[in-house]
Amino acid sequence: MAATDVDVFSNEEKRNLNLGGHVGFDSLPDQLVSKSVTQGFCFNILCVGETGIGKSTLMNTLFNTMFENEEASHYQNGVYLRPRTYDLQESNVHLKLTIVDTVGFGDQINKEDSYKPIVDYIDTQFENYLQEELKIKRSLYNYHDTRIHICLYFIAPTGHSLKSLDLVTMKKLDSKVNIIPIIAKADTISKSELHKFKIKIMSELVSNGVQIYQFPTDDEAVSEINSSMNAHLPFAVVGSVEEVKVGNKMVRARQYPWGVVQVENESHCDFVKLREMLIRVNMEDLREQTHARHYELYRRCKLEEMGFKDTDPDSQPFSLQETYEAKRKEFLSDLQRKEEEMRQMFVNKVKETEAELKEKERELHDKFEQLKRMHQDEKKKIEEKRRDLEEEMNAFNRRKVAAETLSLSQPLKKDKDKKN
Amino acid sequence: MDAMILQEKLVERLLCPRVRTARQKDKQYVGFATLPNQVHRKSVKKGFDFTLMVAGESGLGKSTLVNSLFLTDLYKDRKLLNAEERINQTVEIIKHTVDIEEKGVKLKLTIVDTPGFGDAVNNNECWKPITDYIDQQFEQYFRDESGLNRKNILDNRVHCCLYFISPFGHGLRPVDVEFMKALHEKVNIVPLIAKADCLTPNEIKKLKDRVRDEIEKFGIKVYQFPECDSDEDEEFKQMDKELKECTPFAVIGSNTVVEARGQRVRGRLYPWGIVEVENQSHCDFVKLRNMLIRSHMHDLKDVTCDVHYENYRAHCIQEMTSKLAQDNRMDSPIPILPLPTPDLETERLIKMKDEELKRMQEMLEKMQQQMHEKDQ
Repeated sequence: MAATDVDVFSNEEKRNLNLGGHVGFDSLPDQLVSKSVTQGFCFNILCVGETGIGKSTLMNTLFNTMFENEEASHYQNGVYLRPRTYDLQESNVHLKLTIVDTVGFGDQINKEDSYKPIVDYIDTQFENYLQEELKIKRSLYNYHDTRIHICLYFIAPTGHSLKSLDLVTMKKLDSKVNIIPIIAKADTISKSELHKFKIKIMSELVSNGVQIYQFPTDDEAVSEINSSMNAHLPFAVVGSVEEVKVGNKMVRARQYPWGVVQVENESHCDFVKLREMLIRVNMEDLREQTHARHYELYRRCKLEEMGFKDTDPDSQPFSLQETYEAKRKEFLSDLQRKEEEMRQMFVNKVKETEAELKEKERELHDKFEQLKRMHQDEKKKIEEKRRDLEEEMNAFNRRKVAAETLSLSQPLKKDKDKKN
Repeated sequence: MDAMILQEKLVERLLCPRVRTARQKDKQYVGFATLPNQVHRKSVKKGFDFTLMVAGESGLGKSTLVNSLFLTDLYKDRKLLNAEERINQTVEIIKHTVDIEEKGVKLKLTIVDTPGFGDAVNNNECWKPITDYIDQQFEQYFRDESGLNRKNILDNRVHCCLYFISPFGHGLRPVDVEFMKALHEKVNIVPLIAKADCLTPNEIKKLKDRVRDEIEKFGIKVYQFPECDSDEDEEFKQMDKELKECTPFAVIGSNTVVEARGQRVRGRLYPWGIVEVENQSHCDFVKLRNMLIRSHMHDLKDVTCDVHYENYRAHCIQEMTSKLAQDNRMDSPIPILPLPTPDLETERLIKMKDEELKRMQEMLEKMQQQMHEKDQ
């Protein structure tokens, strides 16, 4: 159903009846309460702030317990989130508390992408819930809801104004989660400076259009206290887990050479106000807002992205089923078309390469023929030369023989002459 | 006889109680023990100058600290930017010059401010304008020093840089480390922990140890106090030791005067107490002031002149001569050229020959040993 309460019976005729006696359905809220108590509650807090600003200490102080935590180093390469889940119990109420810490926020030299891991984490939690909601067999009552209900943004107490990183990050987060800005380590600002600082921060947030969480004022039981608290935003808090003796009591405080800052003293800091607002009065409202406003916004954007609409061009209401089927078919046909294209491309490529290879073969063949011819020519020439050489040799031999016989026949002639 | 008495009287008049050596009453007294007085007199007449740079993120109390240090209001009509305007801000360099005087001693103080450092979302190389500025001042002094007319050289070199470390973290941040590494060879860096009134004494100690370890780990050379001579008195040595163990100083600044313990002091008023700036158990402001102004101001100037400026000058000259050797041209901006350093090629050859020689020597020794063993 939509976020606003729809009056189901607006079209039908309503009559107000008076009861004759006590029926007993005024116990309905009690039944609801006992059911939710047995179910247990869950609450998720996201703490965003630079390293060392006091996030872990404040969580320890708020819930009056020591959550295990190692100190983070300043030299992380990027921002990453560290969620930790704890089971707490007070009276007979069980609370599954998840605290998500941003590690490495504000430490890098280039902080342009610092907000991205945070936004991604919040979206992932919404996505998980959406997936669970869209399942066929779902168990929402059993589902561990990890959506962030509240983001506490820790502002460094410079006394001047917001830092540029703070402004950029809060603008990215304000449409996804309830933000409560708080001024950390507030024991370094004096009263007058604090007043000016708060005004400056609020005016900067307003002028840049950042929507922070406003405590609800529509419920008469809490509207008065809520509206007065709205005027005290952002809360200036001091956290401490150490106890110091003040008067004759041990209170949580920070001991300085010049005095003792008591955490729960309203004139020292706004810690008590934060605890009231966050835990004692508005916790349930925060969960509701997360579900009704931020989650619904995310869901609508996501589904619209996928192409779903509530009504088709003819203004006839669509059912999710039909749209889903239509989308699926479209998607599959798209897929097939792409496959065909790729196959076509592959075939074309193969043909091209084949043709190229054939060209190359032919060229090589031609070259071979040419070389062969050259070889033949050379051979012929050499043959001719050899024949010439042989002829010359023969001629020479003949002359030699002729010369020899001539010299031989000469002495014979002499002999012949002598005989005569 | 009269002339000598006159001479003695003159010397007596020139001497002030400051002279420590005892005056000898015989004629062998020369009188150069008055030199310190002469130096003092001349320097008072000439006046001093000092350039201080402050750097660090916005909102750490730099302006307040400078005002507290020099007890003036340097930043009267300052305009602070909004967060939106700072998203893409670049670093500017702003100089404030004031002439202040105390007991006849004049000081021309220049404060170099660096608004916008570390403020943008992307702070890549945000220290570059600062290093460029320091190099510019060195270059200008270099030219003036090498020029023909050296009568009125203005010394604008930065003598000291106070770097403010945020107390809200667990130690040094990457941008702090990069800044200090880019500047430690150009200027004396004095790191400070700002807004120390948000840390309890334990936390201060832990943070100081952490910062000291990280400075050593990253090899950053911050300004070191000079060792005191062994003939100084014990009190001075003790003070010096305390000073060295206290770095980096954890400071608090204040522009307002409050009433505490019956006195009017500079401090910050909180609902739970009053922080006094000049109370040594509250913060290290007094130590910083003493170090910066009362004892080490001149040493800072000396280190800048003798170490950082000379490094710059040697580097500059080497670059110029190597370029000249390559271009083989005779004109240069400097009228007198110092001896050219041997260029890289010959140096390499020399090194190679040295290594060869060493190798041959080793081989010779080995052979000798072998022969010796064979004989045995």
